[in-house]
Amino acid sequence: MREKHTDAVVIGGGSAGLAAASRIAAEGFSVTVLERESQPGGILNQCIHNGFGLQRFKEDLSGPEYAERFIDLVEKQDNVEVLLETTALEVSPGPVHAVYGYSRHTGVTRIDARAIVLAMGCRERNRGNIGIPGTRPSGVFTAGLAQRLINIDGFIPGRRAVILGSGDIGLIMARRCTWVGMEVLAVIEIQSYPSGLTRNIVQCLNDFGIPLYLSHTVSAIHGRDRVSGVTVTPMEEGKSAAAKSFDLECDTILLSVGLIPDNELSRKFGVHLNPETGGAFVDAGLMSSVPGVFACGNVLHVHDLVDYVSEESERCASYVIEYLRGEYPARHQPVSAGANVKYVIPNRYLPEMTNRFYLRSLIVKNKAELIVTLDGEPLKRKKLAHVQPSEMVSFSLDAADLPRISEPEEKRLEVSIV
Amino acid sequence: MKNDIYDVAIVGAGVVGASIARKLSSYDCTTVVLEKEWDVSFGVSKTNSGIVHGGFHYPTSLLKGRLEAAGTIMFEKLQQELHFPFQRCGILVVAFTVEEMKTIERLYMQGVENRVIGLELCNRDRIHALESKLNADVVGGLHAPSGGVIEPYRFVFSLIESARKNGVELQTRFKVVKTENEGEHFLLHAEDGRRLQARYLVNAAGLYADELSAACGAEAFRIIPRKGQEFLLDRNAAGLPGKVIFPVPAPNSKGILVIPTPEGTCMVGPTAVEQEDKEDLSTTRDNFEAIFHSARRLIPKISERDIITAFAGLRPALKGGDFYIAVSEKQPRLIQVAGIQSPGLTAAPAIGEYVKDLLKSAGLVLTERADYDPLILEVPRIRKISPYEADTLLENDPAYGEIVCRCESVSEAEIVAAIRRGHTTMDSIKFYTRAQMGRCQGGFCSYKIMKILMRETGMSIEEITKRGGESRLITDRVGALTVHPPTTPGKKQSAGEAEQ
Repeated sequence: MREKHTDAVVIGGGSAGLAAASRIAAEGFSVTVLERESQPGGILNQCIHNGFGLQRFKEDLSGPEYAERFIDLVEKQDNVEVLLETTALEVSPGPVHAVYGYSRHTGVTRIDARAIVLAMGCRERNRGNIGIPGTRPSGVFTAGLAQRLINIDGFIPGRRAVILGSGDIGLIMARRCTWVGMEVLAVIEIQSYPSGLTRNIVQCLNDFGIPLYLSHTVSAIHGRDRVSGVTVTPMEEGKSAAAKSFDLECDTILLSVGLIPDNELSRKFGVHLNPETGGAFVDAGLMSSVPGVFACGNVLHVHDLVDYVSEESERCASYVIEYLRGEYPARHQPVSAGANVKYVIPNRYLPEMTNRFYLRSLIVKNKAELIVTLDGEPLKRKKLAHVQPSEMVSFSLDAADLPRISEPEEKRLEVSIV
Repeated sequence: MKNDIYDVAIVGAGVVGASIARKLSSYDCTTVVLEKEWDVSFGVSKTNSGIVHGGFHYPTSLLKGRLEAAGTIMFEKLQQELHFPFQRCGILVVAFTVEEMKTIERLYMQGVENRVIGLELCNRDRIHALESKLNADVVGGLHAPSGGVIEPYRFVFSLIESARKNGVELQTRFKVVKTENEGEHFLLHAEDGRRLQARYLVNAAGLYADELSAACGAEAFRIIPRKGQEFLLDRNAAGLPGKVIFPVPAPNSKGILVIPTPEGTCMVGPTAVEQEDKEDLSTTRDNFEAIFHSARRLIPKISERDIITAFAGLRPALKGGDFYIAVSEKQPRLIQVAGIQSPGLTAAPAIGEYVKDLLKSAGLVLTERADYDPLILEVPRIRKISPYEADTLLENDPAYGEIVCRCESVSEAEIVAAIRRGHTTMDSIKFYTRAQMGRCQGGFCSYKIMKILMRETGMSIEEITKRGGESRLITDRVGALTVHPPTTPGKKQSAGEAEQ
């Protein structure tokens, strides 16, 4: 077995992993990135549409172009090693962690490192997760898999598609499928509002005359060998109005029904996961319950834009650097999600620094307000033009916003939306 | 058509046909197994609950009671030879009332009569000590350490692999549509025109046993498909028990069970609904709440949130409920093996022996083969071995280093092993390797598997199917379809509102 020693191991060479690796290495530490595919960039490589980097670079880039910016950064750094076609299958945590990477080319490599950055991204929710009844034919794909098949492999999964769920990948795929000659009959969304970005509704559906059925769901899948159709049922006041159902004849169903952080590996070695996000519980420095193990990007919680992933990952890197220098403070003040908030990341804050928070609303509302309290006392308010579950909200608290807290004392920060 | 006449043709490559085939492979006779699907175990056996029963459910006055008791004790030896996932984890039948404890006592006595080893009657403390996740209201029950769990399709795959290694032939996609009795042998016609001859015929056709019997001019009976739906739960589900948990059985059903699997996941089910259609495997949301309510009555921490997938299967039941295994009275060289519902999987190894004896009694001369080899090669599974063992394995086969399925940790070498054993549909590969069976249900690995399939078999992408027939996955290559200009954007339903 090969053995390596490095300061930090980054698991995953997508947008999160590359941003973290490059930033850690910039401070002179050695970094090993494990990437299971044959090239770095992660899921960005199959996102050949544009719309990436508007915030980060003030440019309209495609997914591969956005990835390239970070790949270029990493390639210039001698102290970053990217192990391609290498899968991290096991981690033994300890004061020095051992990460086992499997590769057909080099066998198993044990990499010892003081810090680990989890950057494995997320996966798609599938038919089983949402329990669509009916037969079990071929022709049911998650939208991301269909995207991969079309954009990377050049394979078209079918000819007449119905898309369930109005998540961004589903919307992008409605347009993409049309462009390769498939017929997209409809996008079906169970909520009364779309889950994807408004710009994607306009550019991917309206421009192509693809109908969006809000407050509808697919209540049955038909077909013995291959999909032959779906039954679409309207939702009225939260209940399905079965009598108003109608059938659509199609051979393909694409599912865009949400993403879940991919924490198979983290769970195996004892990282505590938050059921609300599917990602790790993290302190103000994005460190998980396992000391020296950090998480950033979509493996921590699912982001709307890759620009936010890059920001969070670089910030994560700065905490990893503190950790490697032995300057990492205990970050123990609790944060909780209050009224109308699904979750807040991180789960802890540190009064002596600038804390950046990401959260998701549970409600849809115009002219909403974000309220932050400290042990029940109002601390900060922020006006929000519009909130909905599919759009992430962020805010920061500086050291100046927060009172000094002496060591054993605990002051809970709570974030609500009204 | 092959000119040789087979000694035995077994129709149906489910767990019953496969067990009979493997038994016959140890004798000096020529045997062919005919399966209408694209792979073995694709009928009733695929959706079996995977319980090796404890031998106490039925009296020995029933054939199925005798064969269950005889079959259950054969699994350790079979596992040593055939390496399928199997654990004798034990079964608990739990009671909530003193009344129910009376039924438990009856089951215990029946088990004792059936000579089941290790049965115990449990008081409240004992049963909760055996399974800590049980509902606190459970007052006692029966513990059968003789019960266990198995992966049914892996069992069938192994049986067939072993049988083939010892000379049994397998023909898939062979749907028998017509049989002719030509005096000394049967002539079997497949739907696609293939024909073959066999002196003895074994009807192990599962749901279609009645149709095959009719086609042979033998006994008239009717298979009544009884649908059972199951829900598969994530391996991290909080409610995962260590043993199979049964409620006290109702008069004609064992009820909703909680079943751990040998691979660490868990199943809730099965339901039992009779239907006419032998093909309809659709799942429903009917009684969804009731099913989970029943499961939570056994183990309160069972949650719908942990569902990975749902599937349904059909039991090939006969009126009366017992197995019908006998030499046909109308066709003396036809062996009927029909109505093999629960506990058919448990009984299968004993059914193999039983049918072998019936064939003998019907005149087939069986001589043990000197060169019979009961062992098949064990394919190492990367998820089962340490990184150090993996590193050694990789030196000889680098494909063990290519992790194809991240959810279940399956390497390319395992996928290739499945393909080289003839499992060339996506579902076959799933059953052999577990790739596509985990949380992402193939989202990340299916395109990789398709490419390995193309490379290993020479199939084109359009030929790859989920489970044969028209279940293809890819219809066209990019560039092959005519792109239609967008239709006039029309205001349909709520599309307008979405623009905000």
